Amino acid sequence: MADHALHAPQPIDTIRDDYLALIRRKRTYGAILLAIFIALMTSGFIIADDRNAGGFWDGLHRIFDFPAEVIAEAAQKADQLPAHFVTFLPAMIETLNIAGAATLTGAIGAVVLSLLATRGMAKWPRLIPVFRRMMDIMRAVPEIVIALILIFVLGGGPVPAMIAIAFHTVGALGKLFSEVNENASLKPVEGLESVGANWSQRMWLGVIPQVAPNYVSYALLRFEINIRASAILGFVGAGGIGYELKNAMSWGKGRYDEAAAIFLILFLTIILVDQASSALRNHLTHGAKRGAK
Amino acid sequence: MTLLLVRNLTKRFGANTAVDNASFEVSAPMMIGVIGRSGAGKSTLLRIINRLTDATTGAVEVDGRDVLTLSGSAKRAWQSECAMIFQQFNLVPRMDVVSNVLHGTLNRRSTMATAFNLYPQSDIRRAIDILDRLGIAEHAAKRAEALSGGQQQRVAIARALMQDPKVILADEPIASLDPMNAEIVMSTLRRIHVEDRRMVICNLHTLDTARRYCDRVIGMRDGRIVFDGTPDQLTTAAARDIYGADDSFSEATTSTEIAALDRAQNLETA
Repeated sequence: MADHALHAPQPIDTIRDDYLALIRRKRTYGAILLAIFIALMTSGFIIADDRNAGGFWDGLHRIFDFPAEVIAEAAQKADQLPAHFVTFLPAMIETLNIAGAATLTGAIGAVVLSLLATRGMAKWPRLIPVFRRMMDIMRAVPEIVIALILIFVLGGGPVPAMIAIAFHTVGALGKLFSEVNENASLKPVEGLESVGANWSQRMWLGVIPQVAPNYVSYALLRFEINIRASAILGFVGAGGIGYELKNAMSWGKGRYDEAAAIFLILFLTIILVDQASSALRNHLTHGAKRGAK
Repeated sequence: MTLLLVRNLTKRFGANTAVDNASFEVSAPMMIGVIGRSGAGKSTLLRIINRLTDATTGAVEVDGRDVLTLSGSAKRAWQSECAMIFQQFNLVPRMDVVSNVLHGTLNRRSTMATAFNLYPQSDIRRAIDILDRLGIAEHAAKRAEALSGGQQQRVAIARALMQDPKVILADEPIASLDPMNAEIVMSTLRRIHVEDRRMVICNLHTLDTARRYCDRVIGMRDGRIVFDGTPDQLTTAAARDIYGADDSFSEATTSTEIAALDRAQNLETA
């Protein structure tokens, strides 16, 4: 209404032609991007295939040979599987332990860093970029790189693995936590500031109650990821189920039943933890709603 | 001839009954206003007709076929024939206005083509013509979120028209608009009904709007239809019954009309 009075409305033909031209331009860009994407994918594949020692197409038909061998041998010695489960259970628990300890330590670090890196909550607003870059770097370094260095320095075992995973977790969770923080209301924080609370009190009593369910939900998700990470770190000598799996596989034929048992126990544990944590996360996000009703 | 027949419609949510044995029949394209307090079951009624919500029991017959038993693509085809307009507009905020209007054709187009926003030129032209008819063609290339509430609601109406529907269901289309935009949106809906002869069923919570724009008024209270007639038959006593109000109730207290606004302004300046 009012805007009609300010400037004469454009004739409908102009609007239509302009829009159609806009659409044409967008489609051209889209087509160019698609062409570039396909070209990159193809060239990337060709380069990778050339550098591959075996060759992708030559090896493709053998892809199921190893699993078939493992399954065949495991089926043959199926009666020994329960015994293997008992043997490898301590190693599995060690892996879970590494993941659990790393997630906890990492989450605590992530809470502190994320609060320091969120606008409106940071204790030193000018240092926000510093804390953000710190988290970026921690997130950017893969666990396995840190673990390899620490194993070189400290020797093999679960402690270097725990530190490596915790370090990466601080960065990964810190990023997610600071996004949660940004959606939290600053009004309670201001309220606490008005009564003379210090920074830690404001954060612990004003922010954490708002964001805790989301924090826990993300931390559980990270725990699942960390179990897989700690299993992988066993391959580089950090102990746990991964170490046993590497041994069983490198012994080759005759020990494949052990490898199968380890695969199974790892698989079952991951499913169990995933299911438990998704049930818990559901409860956290929807439980509050039920309470309100 | 019966265009739309709602028969013994009931919807229960746990222990609550949102719609309780509602029945009515529409024999000619008309503009129907459904009024009642919030929580009276108006929204649920419309959502059942559009199949956004499933009824517990009952039937909705259109051209002699019960649309509540449809499933899969037949259900989606019915939904494309029965456009829905929402209180909060329910547009895709980050997409441009024309694309939002073109979403009205999704049921007819393939998933692949629409995923890459490839619509036929004729559809794009028609979308812009519809926008022009509703007076918002100049915003065609803007993002939907950049528009005001009233403009967004007109985009939503344009999307509904793009569906070329038999029935337009409007769920509180003006509840989040200021009086001036509310008037524009309501007259647009009225115009669509008059010019295209489409049936419009409109949930409203104010009586005077229903009186002013609708040919027929259905009053709901606690899920039951307690009034069904022309606006003239809607006496103050009937209105009190619908809203469950006492003697202090008068229509002016619920008004959102411009006229009421003018009166208020006159009082202020006087």
